[in-house]
Amino acid sequence: MLLIYCPYCEEERSELEFRQAGDAHIARPTNMTEMTDEDFEAFFFLRDNVKGLTFERWRHLNGCGRFFNAARDTVSDKFLTTYKAGLPRPDLSTLRPATEATVETYEATESNAK
Amino acid sequence: MRKYSVFAVAREAMRGHRGWEAQWTSPEPRKEYDVIIIGAGGHGLGTAYYLAKEHGITNIAVLEKGWLGGGNTGRNTTIIRSNYLYDESAGIYDHALKLWDGLSQDLNYNVMYSARGVMMLSHNIHDQQVFKRHIHANRLNGIDNEWLTPEQAQEFCPPLDISRTARYPINGAALQRRGGTARHDAVAWGYARAAADRGVHIIQNCEVTGIRRNPDGSVAGVDTNRGQINAKKVGVVAAGHTSVLMEMAGVRMPLVSYPLQALVSEPVKPIFPCVVMSNTVHAYISQSDKGELVIGAGTDQYSSYSQTGGLQIITHTLDAICELFPIFRRMKMMRSWGGIVDVTPDRSPILAKTPVSGLYVNCGWGTGGFKATPGSANVFAHTIANDAPHKINAPFTLERFRSGRLIDEAAAAAVAH
Repeated sequence: MLLIYCPYCEEERSELEFRQAGDAHIARPTNMTEMTDEDFEAFFFLRDNVKGLTFERWRHLNGCGRFFNAARDTVSDKFLTTYKAGLPRPDLSTLRPATEATVETYEATESNAK
Repeated sequence: MRKYSVFAVAREAMRGHRGWEAQWTSPEPRKEYDVIIIGAGGHGLGTAYYLAKEHGITNIAVLEKGWLGGGNTGRNTTIIRSNYLYDESAGIYDHALKLWDGLSQDLNYNVMYSARGVMMLSHNIHDQQVFKRHIHANRLNGIDNEWLTPEQAQEFCPPLDISRTARYPINGAALQRRGGTARHDAVAWGYARAAADRGVHIIQNCEVTGIRRNPDGSVAGVDTNRGQINAKKVGVVAAGHTSVLMEMAGVRMPLVSYPLQALVSEPVKPIFPCVVMSNTVHAYISQSDKGELVIGAGTDQYSSYSQTGGLQIITHTLDAICELFPIFRRMKMMRSWGGIVDVTPDRSPILAKTPVSGLYVNCGWGTGGFKATPGSANVFAHTIANDAPHKINAPFTLERFRSGRLIDEAAAAAVAH
């Protein structure tokens, strides 16, 4: 189970208290009734579904209840950082790389051990 | 290909089993094929098989980045049923169910399809109303599904606790007798052997890294870690990694990938005669022919490609199993694993042409793709061969998310998604 740092509570809490809430940094339409079908599809149904680093909204549902943003690696599930809603994407180059090469097989583990 | 039969078993027994052949070959990839299928799971290998068998296209490569059947084909709970609510879903899942019955003979490979019955438990009035609606809708579509009282349910599945004091009391169940299980690996191996016999190249450890396009935008082939391979038609059958592959062709998909977990117990003697599902408390369980209880858990609540999944998800399912079947409370769980499932907004699959000419996609099976394997492969082969969908998969387009003609099995519920 993951520990996730809530930038509002300023502490790490169990994954069970949080809910993923879709992609971050999305400009939500203000004129939904006037959108073309193509634009509506792109906003409402289509997803990048990134394998690797992604920016998403999370909500500390069973805590402070507030939405915040996170940079997460979807292969290792590791959170690189979390930050308050409304802030721009953080510069990830200053952060320690969150993941070494992801270990996906037993063979890979053993070759590391040697 | 030497046919498998009782005579072959007897012949090999006489000579120390030295005459068995490899079930499929591992050829070097050619420079060009008529059709490339990306993904050697059940759906992909089946597609190649039906292209060869029913459409006369044999110059096919099935490319697999890992090993054959090592994705969701090898990671599911092997449950087969077709009791879906909507006509479109009933059409495709029952097409599959009809093919399951006879698949072993067709492939000359024992896929161990066992129509032992799939029973869905009803715990409250809402469940009862939903299931009865399903039963009536199914019967209008010619699909067997019947209502059982709690006593009938226990008769069909003796370990079931139907006492009034149970934590999750049961007020009935819906039973599809033609539903059941099959041996998941044998499905991949059987399709692989039968396809290879018809000349299909199965190329494992070959990861697609790019999709090549002609100047007019149509598909020209793929780049792989074993070099460029050309083809006029490419079918993507890659489950949880569909978004990654389609992005190489510039197509954004209505998919989100989640880990879905399953687990098996230590093997025991035959105790559990059927498949039981409870959507309300989220449990489903059957017993494999090896004797393990096979238990399916839910998806994680957040998207991921991690192929593991959260511990709390499987403990939640085991809580429900232990309440429904108190006799299993002291069993040990032996293994658990996760697969990456590609979930669409309406929880129905996509088997269709794409905006890119010559590129076809079979995806979005979410948490329930195994049961559809033969039907999906069969109509997807038709779609690729004719550059037009079969009438069974015609509604399962990519464009439905633009037009709004969704096949909203998610809202229809009563299926474990």
